[in-house]
Amino acid sequence: MTPALGALVGALFPAGHAVREEGGIVVGAAHTAAGEVAVLGTAGGVEVGVEAALALAGEVLRTVREHPGRPIVVLVDTRGQRMSRRDEVLGLNGYLGHLAACVELARRRGHPIVAVVSGDAVSGGVLPLGFMADAVHAVEGAHPWVMSLPAMARVTKLPLERLEELSQSSPVLAPGLDRFVRLGAIEPRWEPPLSEQLAAALSRPAGRDRRAELGLERGGRLLAAAVARRVSGEDGDEP
Amino acid sequence: MTPGNPGHLPARRSYREATARRRLAGILDPGSFTELLGPSERVTSPHLAGLGLAVAFDDGVVVGRGLLGGRVVLAASQEGGFMGGAVGEVHGAKLVGLLRRAERERPAGVLLLLDSGGVRLQEANAGLVAVSEIMRALLGARAAGVPVVGLIGGGWGCFGGMGIVARCCDALAMSEEGRLGISGPDVIEATKGVEELDAADRALVWRTYGGKHRYLLGEADLLVEDDLAAFRDAAAALLASPRSLDEGALAREHERLARRLADFGGCTDAADVWRAAAVPDPDRLPLLDADAFRRAVAAARGEEP
Repeated sequence: MTPALGALVGALFPAGHAVREEGGIVVGAAHTAAGEVAVLGTAGGVEVGVEAALALAGEVLRTVREHPGRPIVVLVDTRGQRMSRRDEVLGLNGYLGHLAACVELARRRGHPIVAVVSGDAVSGGVLPLGFMADAVHAVEGAHPWVMSLPAMARVTKLPLERLEELSQSSPVLAPGLDRFVRLGAIEPRWEPPLSEQLAAALSRPAGRDRRAELGLERGGRLLAAAVARRVSGEDGDEP
Repeated sequence: MTPGNPGHLPARRSYREATARRRLAGILDPGSFTELLGPSERVTSPHLAGLGLAVAFDDGVVVGRGLLGGRVVLAASQEGGFMGGAVGEVHGAKLVGLLRRAERERPAGVLLLLDSGGVRLQEANAGLVAVSEIMRALLGARAAGVPVVGLIGGGWGCFGGMGIVARCCDALAMSEEGRLGISGPDVIEATKGVEELDAADRALVWRTYGGKHRYLLGEADLLVEDDLAAFRDAAAALLASPRSLDEGALAREHERLARRLADFGGCTDAADVWRAAAVPDPDRLPLLDADAFRRAVAAARGEEP
């Protein structure tokens, strides 16, 4: 286990844990004020390939089978999906979709699911596990992103200066935790003691996906909630 | 898959060449589609104008209600002609809203006509969060018992986060020309180098991501010709056989994916997979039409020929 991961699990689970890490995949169990929890996720920025996705899905299924209702703490530090020809040949997107479906099963079966971002949180690494949680929290070092501004400028052929200027006000372009908080996707950074923050998070009821509403309240996504509501017809269909 | 009179075969109408709206018109019962939050509402991306980019009045996705064989379905169709069908804040929210409507109204199913490069980079962070919300809403609709079927045969394929969304569906139909993956060829070449994947090698790209390989692997459930009527028949067939999301079903899917890794984990090229699967005469697979291909790989997929 890296020193960074050791420090994180030590702070999250001072009452004791049996968390192991191998090749960037985190698996184990821990004691919290809210009781025994399952721990799984990614560490060291690992890119999630077919083996990791399958192993994590297997852990979720095992938790559902052997420990009904046990809360699941998801640790997030991933630079995204593994980019390789072999992973694509084997259908990595299918393995990631399966992982997401397993997390959804756990939620439906009453497992509270809380994610804690401590490092990178990127694209195909965070979508099927961390972002599937009931709530996504962050600690020091959390750095969610999709693409750096220079890379974005290259790919989109937009001037870098313009992207940098817009990023002063718009949260949708540049990397960074504060921007994902404004979008409603991640909660503001926890202050220590982390174990108490975690216990509080675990005791909050799951509820439905409220990220778009939070994005509106925080001024980061002004249209998503209203558009989804209008299309869903949940307020009654318009004439 | 299209029964009928060989003397009066209707002219094939390409799915790939059709626009998002024409695809819906060609798949749903004639005249049955009603759009929700259509272009007249002028709900456009709030992020593109600041970048000096044009907006679309539907933000690149058409959503609504229609009939398929007389049964009510909800449907979404991504328009590759606008920013490659990529998902931004509004585009994603329309898909989320449609899937939430499905959870509430319990239609016979949801059709997702996927044609997307993934997250729209010009609103990258909002696009990533939107894809996550789509996944949650899609699995919510399925958990409520509404089957969700994906169709992939457009010019942009189905990549990035939308490649994960596709495999959150109950089932997928693809044409040979359809492509499915997460990291597209250009992304892999740009990130890992041309030695890893040469995006200009068209044969390599098609055999890696194309409908034939996805069907052989079991990533796609049906392989159809590039024809609106064939996609329509496939959509109806797949809606009729939903895939459970319960523990037993996910355990079986887990076994299937584990077996694939055990059988083909040493392969770095789709052609190696075809050889390892003991498909007869694998080198000719790219040349076969959809019917002949299905027969050739039936045994490898564990089916009766």
